[in-house]
Amino acid sequence: MRKRHEFSPRRFWAIVVKEFIQMRRDRLTFLMMLSMPLMQLILFGYAINSDPRHLPAGVLMGDHGPQARTLLHAIGNSSYFTFVRELDTEQEGRAAIARGEIQFLISIPENFTRDLLRGDRPTLLIEADGTDPAAIGNAVSTSRLLLNSAMRHDFQGPLGYLSGGPDPIDLRIQTLYNPEGITRYNIVPGLMGVVLTMTMIMITGLGITRERERGTMENLLSMPAHPAEVLIGKIIPYILLGYIQVGLILGTAYGLFHVPMMGSLALLLAAAFVFIIANLAMGITFSTLAKNQLQAVQMAYFFFLPSIMLSGFMFPFRGMPRWAQCLGEVLPLTHFLRITRGIMLKGNGLPEVWPQLWPIMLFAALVLVIGVKRYRQTLD
Amino acid sequence: MADELAINVHGMTKRFGDLTAVDHVDLVVRAGEICGFLGPNGSGKTTFIRMLCGLLRADEGSGTCLGYDVTTESETIKRHVGYMTQRFSFWDDLSIAENLDFVARMYFIKNRRPAVRETIERLGLAERRNQLAGQLSGGWKQRLALAACMIHQPRLLLLDEPTAGVDPKARREFWEEIHRLAGEGLTFLIATHYMDEAERCHRLAFILKGRLLAHGMMGEVIGQARLTTWSVSGPDLLKLAERLRGNPAVEQAVPFGNMLHVSSPDAAALERAIAPFHTKPYEWHRIDSGLEDVFIHFMDQSKDNVSL
Repeated sequence: MRKRHEFSPRRFWAIVVKEFIQMRRDRLTFLMMLSMPLMQLILFGYAINSDPRHLPAGVLMGDHGPQARTLLHAIGNSSYFTFVRELDTEQEGRAAIARGEIQFLISIPENFTRDLLRGDRPTLLIEADGTDPAAIGNAVSTSRLLLNSAMRHDFQGPLGYLSGGPDPIDLRIQTLYNPEGITRYNIVPGLMGVVLTMTMIMITGLGITRERERGTMENLLSMPAHPAEVLIGKIIPYILLGYIQVGLILGTAYGLFHVPMMGSLALLLAAAFVFIIANLAMGITFSTLAKNQLQAVQMAYFFFLPSIMLSGFMFPFRGMPRWAQCLGEVLPLTHFLRITRGIMLKGNGLPEVWPQLWPIMLFAALVLVIGVKRYRQTLD
Repeated sequence: MADELAINVHGMTKRFGDLTAVDHVDLVVRAGEICGFLGPNGSGKTTFIRMLCGLLRADEGSGTCLGYDVTTESETIKRHVGYMTQRFSFWDDLSIAENLDFVARMYFIKNRRPAVRETIERLGLAERRNQLAGQLSGGWKQRLALAACMIHQPRLLLLDEPTAGVDPKARREFWEEIHRLAGEGLTFLIATHYMDEAERCHRLAFILKGRLLAHGMMGEVIGQARLTTWSVSGPDLLKLAERLRGNPAVEQAVPFGNMLHVSSPDAAALERAIAPFHTKPYEWHRIDSGLEDVFIHFMDQSKDNVSL
């Protein structure tokens, strides 16, 4: 019944031009959008070192035999541990961990040397402060290697019989194992997705709610404009802004952090397009729900936090419980992280990328349908 | 052509939840007329105007605007109507020229650039064309808004309290412009709550709490009230006003400068009420009721109706 008018490229272009001018005028936002990727890269790339070394350790010496000494030297010489003190009792050690004075307590049991030589596989206990698993993960994972290589030297000649068979020392580690060693290589490609998620959702949400808050939406609606002209016209400048961010991140990743680019840059940029659209769609949908700009920002954060937590950016994806993984699979960032890491680090091509790309497309399509449906052409 | 109806709507109703913002309002305005749309704040003026130009969907009601159906052809109506919002709603962060250029593009104006340049020159803003709209004073914003909502040469202009926050000189110039344009055949529906502005309109519609209380040409509206008004001058009018107000036959006793206007719908009762004061030094004259007397009368009446 209601007469629908056609999408007009001319009106669409009028809106694009207007949005570009407004973006140019709002220098503060523009500069923030450009400096955010750089700031995050430097924070995550340099300041936040997720492979911390020289972690303070204490030792409980139950045995002073030569093999125990060798072991201690080897541990102390590795860059992961630094012995800060020797402790007399188990309780003292636990208290030191509780205070945060030491992060590890290494206990060498009584008769360690005797049992070792007998082939009785004495237990070496490393207790780790698990409050920050990411911090201790690498130190813990190296300790077994460390132990074996240190002992190999001792187990020559007369002690040669100990070098065969199972490990001569029963190493027990009391902490969670961090399965995926997070490195700079892992973080920098991931940051691209994180920065895009944050900025794209927020800028679209703000752009549309601002029109409503200032009353200019009433004016726009009183003109004969098609909703698609308004929505697409508004997001074109943001797509461009997203690509500037991608360029900045890739440039910094390559120039400053020497992250390799094993796969196709074109494929990465194409995947980024899909990802940017998905986030802009989310921003549009939020803007149809938000009553003002503050609410739009709150909603952006509401979406951003789980994205950063559950996507595998902050914590290893496989380390999360099942339900969290299921939630994570819904988020575009999860898939985009796998795409960027895959393309940049493993040199993946389209066949490997596709299984991660279509979930983002599906997400974008669903959210866009909701957004366009909710975008009202009237003020009702 | 002269009898063409620019607005012809009946039973227009809009509800927001339990609140009926506009309650079965009929309005007929001929082409080339200036219709003043009066009513206190929150009476439903803005809601009614928004329904006319398709910004709100009417819950009930039907009719035409410029000959197009208000319920089904709002997109066509938008192309021929200029709507000036109550609050300045052009883009503060675009310059004067950019705002006009955007509007011109949206309406597919032929020879866009000359049209924009001409508008800017007519406004006398040629030197400030690159100034941001947000930096303009209230009067200039209003002139820019009027120029922008007329760039597509609409046949009907809906102006929602266009002179709020504008100084008297700018207001006078604004009304002169409106009359000039009406002379060229444009139709105006102007929401206002200034009585002096209402007196500049050809036709009036008075709305209160969403209901249309009076509607017609200026003289008709005043006639509908059947109000009798006396003017009195003399010493200590304030005390006189107080004594008169105590009499139920006197509906209003309002000071106007050195005079007091005393009105009532019942002429005979009013004459009896003022008879005791028909002595020196008071001087009484029967005068024509003014628009303000009439509107206050309508508002008082509607209050009585509500309380019944």
